[in-house]
Amino acid sequence: MNNDSGWVYTEQVKQHFLNPKNILTISEEEYKPDGVGIVGSPACGDMMMIFIKVKDERIYDMKWKTYGCASAIASTSALSEMVTKNGGMHIKEAYKITPEDIIKELGQLPSHKIHCSVLGDKALRAAIEDYFKRRNEQNPYREKTSSPIVCECFQITEEDIKMEVLEGATNFETLQERTKIGTNCGKCIPKAKEVINKFVEQYYKDKVYNPKS
Amino acid sequence: MNVYLDNNATTPIHPKAKSAIIEFLDFFGNPSSMHSDGRIVKEKLVIAKQQIADFLNASLDDIIFTSCGSESNNTILKSMLFWPKEKQNLVTTNIEHPANLETAKFLEKNGIKVSYIEVNDDGIIDLNQLEKSLTKDTGLVSIMYANNEIGTIQPIDKIAKIVKEKAPNAIFHTDAVQAAGKIKLDLKNSPFDTASISGHKLYAPKGIGILYIRDFDKKRKSFTPLIHGGHQEKGFRAGTENTIGIIALGAACEALQSEIDVEIERIKKIRDYFENKVIENIKDIIINGKNSERVPGTSNITFKYVEGESILLKLDLNGFSVSTGSACSTGSLEPSHVLMALHKKPEIAHGSIRFSFGRENRIEQVDKLIEILVKEIDILRKISPLSK
Repeated sequence: MNNDSGWVYTEQVKQHFLNPKNILTISEEEYKPDGVGIVGSPACGDMMMIFIKVKDERIYDMKWKTYGCASAIASTSALSEMVTKNGGMHIKEAYKITPEDIIKELGQLPSHKIHCSVLGDKALRAAIEDYFKRRNEQNPYREKTSSPIVCECFQITEEDIKMEVLEGATNFETLQERTKIGTNCGKCIPKAKEVINKFVEQYYKDKVYNPKS
Repeated sequence: MNVYLDNNATTPIHPKAKSAIIEFLDFFGNPSSMHSDGRIVKEKLVIAKQQIADFLNASLDDIIFTSCGSESNNTILKSMLFWPKEKQNLVTTNIEHPANLETAKFLEKNGIKVSYIEVNDDGIIDLNQLEKSLTKDTGLVSIMYANNEIGTIQPIDKIAKIVKEKAPNAIFHTDAVQAAGKIKLDLKNSPFDTASISGHKLYAPKGIGILYIRDFDKKRKSFTPLIHGGHQEKGFRAGTENTIGIIALGAACEALQSEIDVEIERIKKIRDYFENKVIENIKDIIINGKNSERVPGTSNITFKYVEGESILLKLDLNGFSVSTGSACSTGSLEPSHVLMALHKKPEIAHGSIRFSFGRENRIEQVDKLIEILVKEIDILRKISPLSK
């Protein structure tokens, strides 16, 4: 962090923010992507679209659009460079990129920024899924355990909720206090309540499971 | 140095306050001491207090020095904890500053009943809801004078009339932190009982605040000090005085006294010029609170399809300091509660920027600002998947 420059994040974030690479500047129709992935929503404050072109299972070109803060823009830009350098990354590897991989490219990010602004890996996976879907093929690289997202704003999955329930969050209010689930756009609240009730029913019925014991 | 357009966050120290501080630095005595080192400081504090009382048109007896606006708000609100059960009913709004809102939530956890009045999409409280929320058992009504984020001024006179009618026993408190220094206050002739004011919002340094209690000597028994100890502030707020802060606030008030009429007009002209230029040059914007009476320097604008922190950082890199209601900037991941209260849509809060002009700003600075805004908003919108 260099305070003298009046900049709050790392130099890498600044460079990507000021000179973002691989933005989609033409329409999607003109670009003709082989796969498109979208994550987030305007209500969440972050939304990303990733467009990929694939040949021989390599992503030889990737373009993107991002609505979000400086680190959201910088992280998508950094991801686009990671994916497209040296003739393009193989889909198998691209599918496995994690937020940590992207953060490494950016030097570092404040922890509160990671969940909300590093969505590029998820958008890329969505684009890869779309690529296979368009070809009517099964994605051979999909992780079988990937858990569906309940709260888009904070990227909270069913698995995350299950873990909170097992750690003693037995009602929606406690879950919300711990995870902020549904505190932004609120769209997911009914679904989140349904999911937590399912796990509470599963683990706490007849008080068989006691997290304190 | 940036062009500073964040005068609602804090203000630069007034040059006259600055020289008053420097001159005063050698007077280190404790104003409570009986010897001449103490007495001379005491005398200087009396003069400063008079300057402050003159500027606010308040009786000297009714001014209590605190450390900040938050302390002043806390003192009034937390006094409720010591009131009889039947009077432990607070009526406030959902656009208050956290110094009020979080304190209200704390009171709620401690058994006090709180009603939160909502605002319309122009940022003015719902007077019908206020009327319905007030009862003869309402102990305290706490409604901010001007809002820090959008600058809207509440209809204080109308509110006071409703309070008097529906809750004649209630104390009416106002958080006037964003009003003092920005518009003219006339505390003696205002219809509220107590008010909070912060020094650093009116060109004095941080660390000095005022709690105004009308007819202090009669009313003081309604309130409980937060800090017990020495006899300072008539035993209502212990702790050795922030002598430098008081001297500086006195000097700032004296200076503002002669400037304020001209400054209100001048700053309003800059703000209006800025807003007209934004309307002329940038499409898809919302000026939040525009249809209400506002303090002259505040302009809160939502730029659709882009996110506030990005705009803030772009402006910062181009030499302008502003603030945003976006969730990203706060660390809390929650967008501005004020803009959420107005519009109910997080995306409007996420894309909002607050420009707050003050006495050091010049109309010439606006043209450069507009030029940069047009350019940077365009760049960010080209990156955004939401742009049309």
